[in-house]
Order: sequence, then structure tokens, then C-alpha cells
Amino acid sequence: MAQYLILIYENESDYAAATPEVWNEVMQAHGRFAEQITELGGKFVAGNALQPTTTATTVRGDVVTDGPFVESKEALGGYYLIEAADLDQALAIAKVCPARFGGVEVRPIMEFPAE
Amino acid sequence: MTDENGGADPDEFRGGSDGVRRRADEVRGGSDGVRRGADEVRAGADPDDVRRALNEAHRRDWACVLAATVRSAGSLDLAEECTQDAFMTALQTWPRDGIPRSPAAWLITTARRRAIDVHRRDQTLRAKLPLLVEPDEHMAESPAEVSAIGDERLRLIFTCCHPALAREAQVALTLRLLCGLTTAEIARAFLVGEPTMAARVTRAKKKIAAARIPYRVPAEQELPDRLDAVLTVLHLLFTTGHAAPTGDALVRDDLVVRAIELGRLVVRLMPDEREAIGLLALMVVTDARRATRTDAEGAVLLLAEQDRGRWDHAAIAEAHSLILSALRGGRPGRFVLQAAIAALHAEAPSYADTDWRQIVGLYDLLLAAWPSPVVAMNRAVAVSMADGPQAGLELLTEIESASSQLLGYHYLHAVRADLLRQLGRRDEAATAYRQAIELCSNSAERQFLSGRLSALRAAPDPK
Repeated sequence: MAQYLILIYENESDYAAATPEVWNEVMQAHGRFAEQITELGGKFVAGNALQPTTTATTVRGDVVTDGPFVESKEALGGYYLIEAADLDQALAIAKVCPARFGGVEVRPIMEFPAE
Repeated sequence: MTDENGGADPDEFRGGSDGVRRRADEVRGGSDGVRRGADEVRAGADPDDVRRALNEAHRRDWACVLAATVRSAGSLDLAEECTQDAFMTALQTWPRDGIPRSPAAWLITTARRRAIDVHRRDQTLRAKLPLLVEPDEHMAESPAEVSAIGDERLRLIFTCCHPALAREAQVALTLRLLCGLTTAEIARAFLVGEPTMAARVTRAKKKIAAARIPYRVPAEQELPDRLDAVLTVLHLLFTTGHAAPTGDALVRDDLVVRAIELGRLVVRLMPDEREAIGLLALMVVTDARRATRTDAEGAVLLLAEQDRGRWDHAAIAEAHSLILSALRGGRPGRFVLQAAIAALHAEAPSYADTDWRQIVGLYDLLLAAWPSPVVAMNRAVAVSMADGPQAGLELLTEIESASSQLLGYHYLHAVRADLLRQLGRRDEAATAYRQAIELCSNSAERQFLSGRLSALRAAPDPK
């Protein structure tokens, strides 16, 4: 098994404008997702939602600035760390990851050879 | 991260295959199966015979040797190096020891031994772009088992054409790993610099290893999509080679030959996949017209102007029977339908005497299977032949207003120009030809369109 990070990129303004019903649906979808990971043969390791980019602070060297590292319409809004046998399984899991206002990026976690 | 593989581009091991040249006329009947018994084992062999045998083996057995070595090597990179090494070793030892009865089996054994040696010598190499191979696979050791490697080649194809790789990387890897083409050759075929192509290949191989793209034939439920990606890559190879000549014509002919060979391989390995049969038929029937697509000066000839007597009728007949078998059992897919359309053209006694009604019918099915403005446009051309230019032009106008996507496509304007010309609307036709010329990047086609434009000006007024 290998670990993959599923990064969820979505349009923040869509969330800002979302009705309570939509929020509810999103929360339920994420609740189901954890089970779907297992059903698809993977393993949930960790996952979190992030506060919107309006709360982000960027630090480069000593310089502290308000805002996200990269400004974009679709911003990183949450992630899941999963375990999967291979990329095919990770992608099958990513396909059911909720991201109604955007999409997800799948990144393999780098493994360092043991000494 | 340092690029520990950057210096290990296996092209440098290719000394032995310098003389490996592929000839376009080998395309048909190019069997990739391992032929046995033709060569006698004898002590010593003429260096020219050795070279010839190796060229043939390189052409026919490259993918087989590489695919068979992947498991022992545990990495595509190392498998590639060991395969090249085996060919080079053969070049040195066959003149002394004779040409083995089964060159493929000899090459496989040599390449595998080399892979195992490398592992023994240097354990750290295990970490070199390791490939995710499924365990518990039997290994073909004897010549009799070489045919069992078919499955391994399928894994190789599906790995090269994995959807997580960019299309251009899929194409490059397929040519590298399945055809044994050098990076320089691939770069020439796609008109990019060699460093660009080398970087593309390296990046793709690293992704396969780091993201753990599995080395396997996809599960049944994934197969339609995954096979479609493979067929799309082969079709792209074919059309790149088949496009009107820009760049090195020989390299482009070679792409056509390679695409058809790979098409045959996929059909042999997955004989029940009708779309694979359809793609092979499409490539074979299209290639049957190769000799007549341009005139002696290299200028493009229209289907209507081509000398049908010079088409390869054996190839057309082969495509016909392939299409018949692909049409059996269920709804035909896009490649089968495109092949059927191309075959109807190929079998017609003349352009005018083509069964345009049936072609329109096939386009209807194709449009349903593969809704695309380009298909809709080609259908409009067929309608213009069946029902007259006015009907075609009306359809074309509809398509243009439904999809602005096509407006940058020179062929659309060329089609409209031709329909307007037929309707005697010369000024509008001239404008459309000019738009087409402006958008067209291929010099041979641009020349053709300019010729049409001048002919339009020179022609006497209709009526």
C-alpha cells in the first residue's frame, strides 16, 4: 500500500453562496466518502477541511503577507490522506471524493528508502 | 531531489541497433510472433547475416523481449537498458557462436540474466524507478513459453497509455517501449527537439514509478475506457504519420507502419475487442490509398482525383473482412464505423458512384456514438453528395452556428468553399478559400487550397 494525498480544490464563492441544504448535502457526502474509501479497497488515514483563503497568511522568509500562497478561483479547501494499492485504486477513490464546486488533485506521498 | 536517472538514457546502449532500419513495405504480414526453426544453429555466422537477423529481431521482438524482462528488472528503465544490452551482446557473440534457433528466446534470456546480474551487483538499483508489478506471475523461460509473453506486452501497452499520463507522453512511451524507437527518432517524427522528447519520456517514467501506476491489464469494468485510450494513441500515431507530408517523410511512413503493427498486435492479443479490430481496419483501409494521396510533385490529391487502380486492393479486402467481423454482435463503436465509412469509399468504383446514402447512414450512427462537430461536418459533406450541395451547405451552416469550436478549423472553410463553388457562388467561395488558407498550417494543403482559389478565378462564369 502507498499513501496518496487527495487535495480538494473548489470555488470558494460557490460555498459562500451555498444554501443550508447544499451545505448539508456536502457534509453528508463527506461523511459517506470515508466509507467509500474502504469499500474501494483503500484506507482512510486523515482528512480535514480548511478555513477559506480569506483566513490564510503567507510567509516567505521573514515577509508575512495576508492571503494564500497562490491566488486562484479554485482554492485548496480540504484534503484526505489515504492509503491505496496503486494509482488506479487511488484514482477510483478520488473519483467519488466530493468536490461539487471544483475537482481534486491526487499526489503520491514521497517515500524515502529505509537505511 | 537529484536526477539520478538523467544520465542513464538508454539510447547510449543502442550501438548495436544502429543498423536497424524499418521499411515501409514490411507493414503487411509483419508477423510479430516468434518464428522458430527457420534459422539453423551453427558455429559462427556471417556478420551481415547477424546484422540482418538482429534487425529483424529488433523490429519483430523488441516489445516481446522488453515485456519479458520487466519482471526480472522490476523497472521499465532497467528493462529497457537490459533489452538494449541483449541486442548489443548478440551483435558481438552471434558472429562467433552462430545465430540461435530462436533469437527472441535468446534475447529474453540474455536480457533477464543481465537484469538479475545488475540487481545482484548493486542492491541500491532496486530503488531505481521501481515498477509496481503484480506478483505470482509465471516466467517464460523456454522458447516454447515465449508466446505466453503476449499478456506481458498487453500490460506494457496499457501502462504506456495510462490515462494519468499526458497524451504526448503516452505516444512517446509507446514508441519507445513497444517499438524500440530512439528518443531522437520519436522527436523527429513529432517535430520537437530531442531534449524536449527526452525530458517527456523521463518525466513519464518517473511518474509511473512514483505514483505507482500499476503494470497490469485493467480490470473488466475499466477496460472499455482504458482500451479506448490505447486505441486513441495508436490512431494518433497513424494520423501523425499519415498527415500530408511535413518533415521527414521516411520517419512518417515508419509511424504508419508502426501504428498498423501495434494495431495488429492488440487485435491478436485481444481478439474479442471489436473496436480494436475496427481501428486496425480503419488504418489498413486508409493506408491502402497511401500511394495516390499526393501527385508526383507531392501535391495533395482529393479522393475524387485519386487513381483508384493504384489502391492496394488486397489491403482493402483485408479491411473489409475485419469490418465484417467487427460489425457482428452489438452496436459498433467509433472506430468500426469510421472503418466502415472508409471501406465504402475504398470499394466504390468512383467518387460519384460511391454509395453516399449508406455513407450518410453510417455517419448518423457515428454521430450518435461519437458526437463531435468534426463528424457532423463530414456528415454534411456526405449529405451534399447524396442530396446536392445546397442540402450540404444548409447543414454546414447549422453546425457552424451550433459550435463555434470549428471556426478555427481550416477544413470547415474549405468544405464550405467547395460547396459554394458547386452552387456557383464564386465570390463567397473565394472568401471561404481565403479563410481556409489563412488557417491552414500544412504547406501541401495550403498549396492545394491556393490552387483551388486560382481555378475559381480562372473558371468561366457558370451558365
